[in-house]
Amino acid sequence: MNASNSTNPELENKELFKSGHTACAGCGVSVGLRHILRAAGPDTIVVNATGCVEIFTSAYPRSAWSVPYIHCLFENTAPVAAGVVETLRAQGNDHTKVIVIAGDGASYDIGFGHLSGMLERGHDALYISYDNEAYMNTGVQRSGATPWKANTTTSQVGSVFKGKMQYKKPLTEIVAAHSIPYAATSTSAHYIDLQNKVKKALSIKGPKFLNVLMTCVPGWGTEPSLSMQYLKDAVDTHVWPVYEIENGFLKMNLKPEKKPVETYLKGQKRFKHLTPEDIAQIQKMVDEKWDSLLWKEKCDQERLAALKK
Amino acid sequence: MMRKTIEGSFAVAEVVRDCVPDLVACFPITPSTHIAEELDRMYTDGQIKSYTAVESEFSAISMLVGGSAAGGRVFTTTDAQGLFLMHEVLFAASGMRLPMVIVNANRAVSAPLNIWNDQQDSISERDAGWIQIYCKNNQEAVDAVPQAFKISEDTLLPVMVCMDGFYLTHIVEQIDVPQKELIMKYLPAKRNAQYKLDTQNPISMGMYAMPKDYQGFRDDLHLDILKAKENVKKEMEAWGAVSGRRYGNGLWEEINAEDADILFVAMGSIIENAELAVDKMRAKGKKVGIVRIRCYRPFPAEVAKAFVGKKKIVVFEKALGFGASPPLYTDVSNAVREAGLKTKVYSIAGGLGGKDVTVEHIMEMLARVKKEKEPFQIVWGD
Amino acid sequence: MKMPLGKPGTSMENKTGGWRTERPQVDQSKCIKCNQCHLNCPDGCIFVTQKGAQPNYDYCKGCGVCAQVCPVKCIKMVPEEK
Repeated sequence: MNASNSTNPELENKELFKSGHTACAGCGVSVGLRHILRAAGPDTIVVNATGCVEIFTSAYPRSAWSVPYIHCLFENTAPVAAGVVETLRAQGNDHTKVIVIAGDGASYDIGFGHLSGMLERGHDALYISYDNEAYMNTGVQRSGATPWKANTTTSQVGSVFKGKMQYKKPLTEIVAAHSIPYAATSTSAHYIDLQNKVKKALSIKGPKFLNVLMTCVPGWGTEPSLSMQYLKDAVDTHVWPVYEIENGFLKMNLKPEKKPVETYLKGQKRFKHLTPEDIAQIQKMVDEKWDSLLWKEKCDQERLAALKK
Repeated sequence: MMRKTIEGSFAVAEVVRDCVPDLVACFPITPSTHIAEELDRMYTDGQIKSYTAVESEFSAISMLVGGSAAGGRVFTTTDAQGLFLMHEVLFAASGMRLPMVIVNANRAVSAPLNIWNDQQDSISERDAGWIQIYCKNNQEAVDAVPQAFKISEDTLLPVMVCMDGFYLTHIVEQIDVPQKELIMKYLPAKRNAQYKLDTQNPISMGMYAMPKDYQGFRDDLHLDILKAKENVKKEMEAWGAVSGRRYGNGLWEEINAEDADILFVAMGSIIENAELAVDKMRAKGKKVGIVRIRCYRPFPAEVAKAFVGKKKIVVFEKALGFGASPPLYTDVSNAVREAGLKTKVYSIAGGLGGKDVTVEHIMEMLARVKKEKEPFQIVWGD
Repeated sequence: MKMPLGKPGTSMENKTGGWRTERPQVDQSKCIKCNQCHLNCPDGCIFVTQKGAQPNYDYCKGCGVCAQVCPVKCIKMVPEEK
């Protein structure tokens, strides 16, 4: 390992996700990967979908991964992970953890059916969707995760249509509807929440799911230095609610005092064309969603308390 | 020796079980379904370590990728649309050098939808980087499975064992099903993986390759598949020594070929009809014989040795090469040309989607080839 | 037989520091060693040492996240001179 100029070789050696990967400057995903691996520890196998992460971490012959890593295709991480874990268990290995790292293209769209299959069959793996809200690796095309009105190269701002005309797919809720033991959301910037959730998920047997919002500098059209700030703003404006659904019971993990959605939208080139009416509409949708989550939490937590009595 | 009367699918399932797989994952598709059902039954009885009923063939083969990467011995069965749904993963599995075995119950492909036998499905996957072995009967199918695991694990190449749908999968006949004790004399009880996902020795698998590296990997894969001919031959010998049964040299089989003037060249279960046709014609003094291609990929161009001195050969196949000559004919013609032979090569495609090809039909084909001076390419029966 | 495999952590052979147009300059006298820069670094290349935060310029791409998240603003982005 070449760490000659490291300012702290001991810490640098401990990192399971290594420097020298070729993500863009300010990449919100690579920060998230560092936290995920830090929480998971070395007895972990990573199954990765085709996408940005695969490209910036695994150009032959150099790898940024210090844990065993496999990439096969875009859409098949869920069954590949299922194959890894079933084989490990069949061979008597009941300790090694299997984590999927797949983008929103792989998770919301092309690999959606296979993800559903993995959840329904109950394979003992943690599926992490890193959601940067478009197909960034191929140059920013809209996905099922792209929010309403966002400008991408396949949901452009023209004279008739302005940005994506459809709404973001509620993947976390769809996943949770499979009655799996644990599903949660987080972001790369909320690293304590993220690391805790990875640890918690890995302590549970069966299929687990995390949906983690991660900034994409070129895709969102943001300043590299603000990658963490946008994620904090996404949470503080309630655009990206951070919650967990454990055995069907929803709990909001972060309830920040609400900032207007404009705080989050401003400065992102993908939202530059939004009109005041658009922003008002987004605010309305965000408020309604937040309200419904709070009601669901109240209901679930009361029911949980009643069950515990 | 354990002769019993058993359906082809169930016999294959027994042998798969006794090869001790770590992972079996299947999605039902006619006519491979009985193999999957039987393996699932065995799992519910605790006879195999793992069986997953997945939501698609695409997931089945993807689970095999994960299982093989984790160092396991892995198996699935499918055919036709199922094999096609696996298409993308077939190429990835060979490119990643992951050993695995598929039993493909050869079936016609859509459209129109048709569940009966031909070989268009696996033939269309010939360039996927897999070894393909075509069985002529159920005895051979059960003998091919242990060989397939051995070849696959030794060469780090995936292997497809092709048995004709219905004609073999659903036929109940008396065969000798190799028992576990016998198989374990031949196949290591556990796969010994050279490379695997192991947290004690972390490697990265499925890297992407830039233009300077990519072609080298693909060319190397091609050369290794060619080299695998030696493994196919070697394993036929080794299995023959254990089981007492051999099928030619593993790559091809010659039947009444030595003194024949006209050879019938084909793959799969049609060979049994061809054997009957040849016997009948020989009884009338007609010098006809058979060369059966057993290993289609890698293609044994050396088979041209069997054609030396022959006037005519007719290649019969259950697949078309849409917009070009049929695939097996093309390979055989190339072998003839490369060997510098003057043998005339005739092409007959037929039996598509389960259309009957009888003993009499084969006799007619051979008679027509004998009669016609210039080679033709036809589809039989239409 | 050529295997398309990678060895762990070999990405460190890629010195991505060459991408940089701005470099983080740390005023270590102001650094409170809170580790925020390290935790938020996309390239995992700034570490807190006994003297304070110190980037490893072999890998630092100059994104400026460390300067942005620093609670005491002791990191300044300055034009790369090379």
